[in-house]
Amino acid sequence: MRQRRKNLRNGLLFVMPWLIGFSFFLAYPTIASLYYSLSVYDMFTPPKWNGFGNYWELFHDPIFWISLSNTFYYAIFAIPLGQVIALLLALLLNTKVKAMPVFRTIYFLPTIVPPVVIAILWLWIFNTRYGVLNALLAGIGIRGPNWLGDPAWAKPALILMSFWTVGQPMIIYLAGLQDVPQQLYEAAELDGANWWQKTLRITLPMVSPAMLLNVIIGLIWAMQIFTLPYIMTGGGPMRATTFYALYLYENAFQFFKMGYASAMAWLLFIIILTCTLIIFKISSKKIYYAGK
Amino acid sequence: MRGKKLLVLVVCLYLLITGISGTSALGAQRTKITYWTIWTGFEFDTIKKLVDEFNASQNKIEVDVLPVSGLGEKLLVAVAAGEPPDVTAIGERNIAPYAIRNGVIPLDRYIKKADISRDSYISIAYDMLSYKGHQWALPITLMSCALHWNKGMFKKAGLDPNNPPRTIKELDTYNEKLTRWDSAGNIIQMGFDPAWPGWWPFAWVWYFGGKLYDPQKKKVTADNPQNVKAFEWVQSYAKKFGAEALQTFASGFGTYSGPTNPFFAEKLAMVYQGSWHANFIQKFAPDMEFGVAAFPYGPGGAPDTARVTVDALAIPRGAKHPDEAFEFIKWMSTQYALEKLALGHRKMSPLKASYNAQFIAKHPNPYIEVFYRLTFSPNARHELVMPVWDIYRKEMAVAFDSVMLLKETPQEALRKVTFRVQRELDRVLTKYKL
Repeated sequence: MRQRRKNLRNGLLFVMPWLIGFSFFLAYPTIASLYYSLSVYDMFTPPKWNGFGNYWELFHDPIFWISLSNTFYYAIFAIPLGQVIALLLALLLNTKVKAMPVFRTIYFLPTIVPPVVIAILWLWIFNTRYGVLNALLAGIGIRGPNWLGDPAWAKPALILMSFWTVGQPMIIYLAGLQDVPQQLYEAAELDGANWWQKTLRITLPMVSPAMLLNVIIGLIWAMQIFTLPYIMTGGGPMRATTFYALYLYENAFQFFKMGYASAMAWLLFIIILTCTLIIFKISSKKIYYAGK
Repeated sequence: MRGKKLLVLVVCLYLLITGISGTSALGAQRTKITYWTIWTGFEFDTIKKLVDEFNASQNKIEVDVLPVSGLGEKLLVAVAAGEPPDVTAIGERNIAPYAIRNGVIPLDRYIKKADISRDSYISIAYDMLSYKGHQWALPITLMSCALHWNKGMFKKAGLDPNNPPRTIKELDTYNEKLTRWDSAGNIIQMGFDPAWPGWWPFAWVWYFGGKLYDPQKKKVTADNPQNVKAFEWVQSYAKKFGAEALQTFASGFGTYSGPTNPFFAEKLAMVYQGSWHANFIQKFAPDMEFGVAAFPYGPGGAPDTARVTVDALAIPRGAKHPDEAFEFIKWMSTQYALEKLALGHRKMSPLKASYNAQFIAKHPNPYIEVFYRLTFSPNARHELVMPVWDIYRKEMAVAFDSVMLLKETPQEALRKVTFRVQRELDRVLTKYKL
């Protein structure tokens, strides 16, 4: 008995740093933000209870809807296309070629470049007049658009840019690919399956858990996109790149509407949670967990 | 053995204690106060020198000055957390939002005690920092904005280099003479581009006699007919030269602070800039011959209209040493300190007394006289001191983009601004019982 109590005490002591950190830096702010989301709070004067006023106001705020639709637009294109590109790169990097680690490193490099550097670099790539992208397009006879200055092209530009940093999902796919048992391929080859058939019937089902993981992580990132539009466009032109997190930030730190911003944060949490649950639901029959 | 250990311990403790409290062992204890400024580079150096001078001038207060980037947001969080600096830089933009939420403390009591008089200041500099009958900050430098033109480019285009445009109509004519295209039809040079640098898209309305706000009725007047006229003028550029062509041309403009700045790179012959612009010309285009004059005015406007702005000092709520903080502000507001700062930053001193032949002669900006004249002008304007100006500014920028891209008529775009900002304003007025 005494021993058990001692163990409990020691155990608690060991997790104490984490417990303290968790309660001060995660649990408390989270609960506080829930309270703020239900009140009018400007950070300087005490919060005033407002019930669901902030949420009601959000539904009547045209800019909120613009930011939400911008974010969905971005997510709907950036995630699936990004996954396809990451998977294709992973397949390519999974072949047996000399100096493969070098290629893998090269394809992963953009992912470790700091976002601010990426932003500055792509500002120049997207430059209408002197940008590399429009120079390439001009080479094949297309007059490139004003990528970041035209409301119709600013979001596609940011989506295009997101493909540059698919290193993270690519590595996860690569790990998944290397876990595919060789004997499956050998058996298929004996049956006369070609590359396409092997990919479709063996590779894809085998990496489907990695795909689920990547899609969900991708969703969480895409819904919170902030740094690149903040630096590159500031939400413009004409709010074409005012994404959800950007508008949240404006409300919290520029317009003194911390309560309103907290409501936005909680709503975003609910939106991401719902989307994740939906993805789980529709994917549950299609994901193959070997042996289960 | 034991005794030796104890001795070492005592010595260590002694060193630790005296080391931490610094000079406390010698004479009076100094009160340490912190001062946040937005400046870096040569501008910070000037401030640092003044702070050092203040610290040396007495033995009660020691100011620690910090350059803070993104000061607005950091100050917000610091005040909310109850750990603000004792003195902070502030601009007219933040006066009302901070004042209504008690984010800064009113200085009236201190000003009275220190015998600082409103009359000693150039009135616009002092008055733009007052709100609801209180003074919330004191100006330390003063700036105004004017037309800068490149004389060499004027000569090449066959224009008289010493005769800048006086009216918007003349500006447009000059612009046509100064605009060039390459063989592919791309614009390679322009006289003027109302979208560059895009820092004050709202300012054009002042040049057509427009008004942004009616403080008596508490009404946002973004769609005032004169404002619409101003934005119609802005849109006339997009209509004349093509929205896309203008954007493509502007995509070649680099950063403001660098040799790729379109004015320094001779892509724009005329720009609307502040009294600081000469510093950058000297640095990035030292051979340029340039002139400065009041920006041209349009129908309904008046001569010598200008955007005037200040750098100011305020005491945030929750400052630990407000009295000492004001002691420092008071010292910074002496004619001696203000002139030294103005010469270092190459801006103007907000004091009337500094506006004299001797000071002007000493000033490195050859056109400082013009900028001074504009601050005295009855048509000098400053950004609105109202609670939702940050939202208003953002909406005006959106409207400006929309008009420049020919997506909306000025009337439509500005009506939207009026509607949105009025809604926000009404909400704030009710909440803070203003």
